[in-house]
Amino acid sequence: MSDLQLMTYFVVGATFVLYIFIAIKARASTTGEFYVAGKGVHPVLNGMATGADWMSAASFISMAGLIAFKGYDASVYLMGWTGGYCLLAMLLAPYLRKYGKYTVPEFIGDRYYSQFARVVAVICLIVASLTYVIGQMKGIGVAFSRFLEIPFNYGLFIGMGIVFIYAVLGGMKGVTYTQIAQYCVLIFAYTVPAIFISLQLTGNPIPQIGLGSTMTGNDMYMLDKLDLVLKDLGFAAYTAQKGSTINMFLLTLSLMIGTAGLPHVITRFFTVPKVKDARSSAGWALVFIAILYTTAPAVGAMARFNLMETIQADSIGSDTSQNLEYDKRPSWFINWEKTGLLKFEDKNGDGRIQYVGDKAANEMVKVDRDIMVLANPEIAKLPNWVIALVAAGGIAAALSTAAGLLLAISSAISHDIIKGIIAKNIDDKTELKAGRIAMAGAIGVAGYLGLHPPGFAAQVVALAFGLAASSIFPALMMGIFVKRVNNIGAVCGMLAGLGTTLVYIFWFKGWLFLPGTAMAPDNAAHWLLGISPGSFGAVGAAINFAVALTVSGLTKPPPEHIQELVEHIRIPSGVGAPQEH
Amino acid sequence: MTNAQQYWQANIRLVIGCLIVWFIVSYGCGILFVHQLNAVRIGGYQLGFWFAQQGSIYTFVVLIFFYAGRMNQLDRKFNVEED
Repeated sequence: MSDLQLMTYFVVGATFVLYIFIAIKARASTTGEFYVAGKGVHPVLNGMATGADWMSAASFISMAGLIAFKGYDASVYLMGWTGGYCLLAMLLAPYLRKYGKYTVPEFIGDRYYSQFARVVAVICLIVASLTYVIGQMKGIGVAFSRFLEIPFNYGLFIGMGIVFIYAVLGGMKGVTYTQIAQYCVLIFAYTVPAIFISLQLTGNPIPQIGLGSTMTGNDMYMLDKLDLVLKDLGFAAYTAQKGSTINMFLLTLSLMIGTAGLPHVITRFFTVPKVKDARSSAGWALVFIAILYTTAPAVGAMARFNLMETIQADSIGSDTSQNLEYDKRPSWFINWEKTGLLKFEDKNGDGRIQYVGDKAANEMVKVDRDIMVLANPEIAKLPNWVIALVAAGGIAAALSTAAGLLLAISSAISHDIIKGIIAKNIDDKTELKAGRIAMAGAIGVAGYLGLHPPGFAAQVVALAFGLAASSIFPALMMGIFVKRVNNIGAVCGMLAGLGTTLVYIFWFKGWLFLPGTAMAPDNAAHWLLGISPGSFGAVGAAINFAVALTVSGLTKPPPEHIQELVEHIRIPSGVGAPQEH
Repeated sequence: MTNAQQYWQANIRLVIGCLIVWFIVSYGCGILFVHQLNAVRIGGYQLGFWFAQQGSIYTFVVLIFFYAGRMNQLDRKFNVEED
């Protein structure tokens, strides 16, 4: 076993001991503790837990890779996944906290006095959360198999076991306190290599400033140099816009609305003691998220720069005799080749690597975006403990998000379906037991999907955000801001928003993502007004708003007690359970 | 108009103001007018690029705390604070 592997076992093992210790300390004994941590979490700590909940394997592992290869165009993810917190803080969180119940579907069902609306919300929640969980499970498996060099399956089982212990035992209470620890692990793991690399390249230890500074050893700016290197090799300039403006605009909007509508994030704001804590806690959440999200552009750009400089050190052309010899490639290159995420093909047979923009001449036939963050410290030749830390951070990010999602799924099943619809009279203790069984079941299903990921795993992210944006967010927002919206209007709006978004995504991606069932090729020439399926959530949301407002206007207003309920949630005073009607 | 209605109107005005800023820094500076702003530079950053990958996020954070602070003031002014 190598030194690096030993170090990784030690660091990852230490974090696991910490998570289990917290789980035993924070055991849930009531349904209130299981669903919303007894509403007693300090807003700053809740912000930190929300940060860990939100920042998934995708944020930790994939986002900087996306930025590295898309440059400016990846700004949509940076803005989209942070700007949603403004909507959450100003339009939803304080009011839903005031309402004081446990789940998102519960609010929708009560506000629109309709079990049907509640069921639609439950279905959206489960589909959105399950699709999201698959990605986390895959992230855990990849991190384990690459760094501990054990089979993917074993990595997945270990990850499931850990989540099982603290989520089933502790519920929201256990999940919250472990997420706080996981946030600390993941942010440390993300920023330390970034600081090292920023120092190496620019001499400035703060990556956010380093990215805008000059390179060590010459007076050229980092970003200008990167643009130049890429253009010389025939790639598009890093800071240039490649996609269409309308798509960037709508994708950013869809991601923002989707973020604000994702149930596992909203539920986090049910756990703070007061309405004003819900407002500030959203701000704290964004502070903790912003630390990673403003570092990511530096990580992406510097990783791309290091990658190009390492593999394609010399300029291109007929004389390739100065290029890196394949036999002398660095050890990280060999390790990632084993995973199949990095592939080289010696097209011109000179035994040297040529990495250029021209597809016919490019010999790096596969450079998976997801390896950038994980390989980055090795490419920059950082010490072993930093590399081990990155593995622990990636696992922390995936575990914390998986736990939050699984909790949202299990509470929807035990609270909304079992307690709310099937067996209304069960007591607290039975419901808690049902919650734990639902959680165990959800972990099992997520694990199965992680082991046998459906072929469409990569595309379902668009689906999760599309569902949240087109159905859940508008229903919640109108429930608070427009008293006139009634049950028929809300249900028609949700179904219209959801229906159009689903049809639009399936039209280009295939019905239920089955291969060969797409109705038209998935490219800009065939999209309606050039809108990509991933960007359609914002349009779906607009349709939801329009239909709900029109139908409500044509039908009779909601009953008196519902209008009083809306009045009640609009003002902070009188917290606690709303008056029974 | 009742106290609760006045409070609600003041709240709506505050939210609209905040969302205008939210829109300008992200969609305005980061997407719609990115090319024009890129003519300006701060250090090695082109300004539009900086807004898209850094500035908008910082502004979002400030906005939420500004909103939370002003809402606390409104809660006190209209006497609708939690107990």
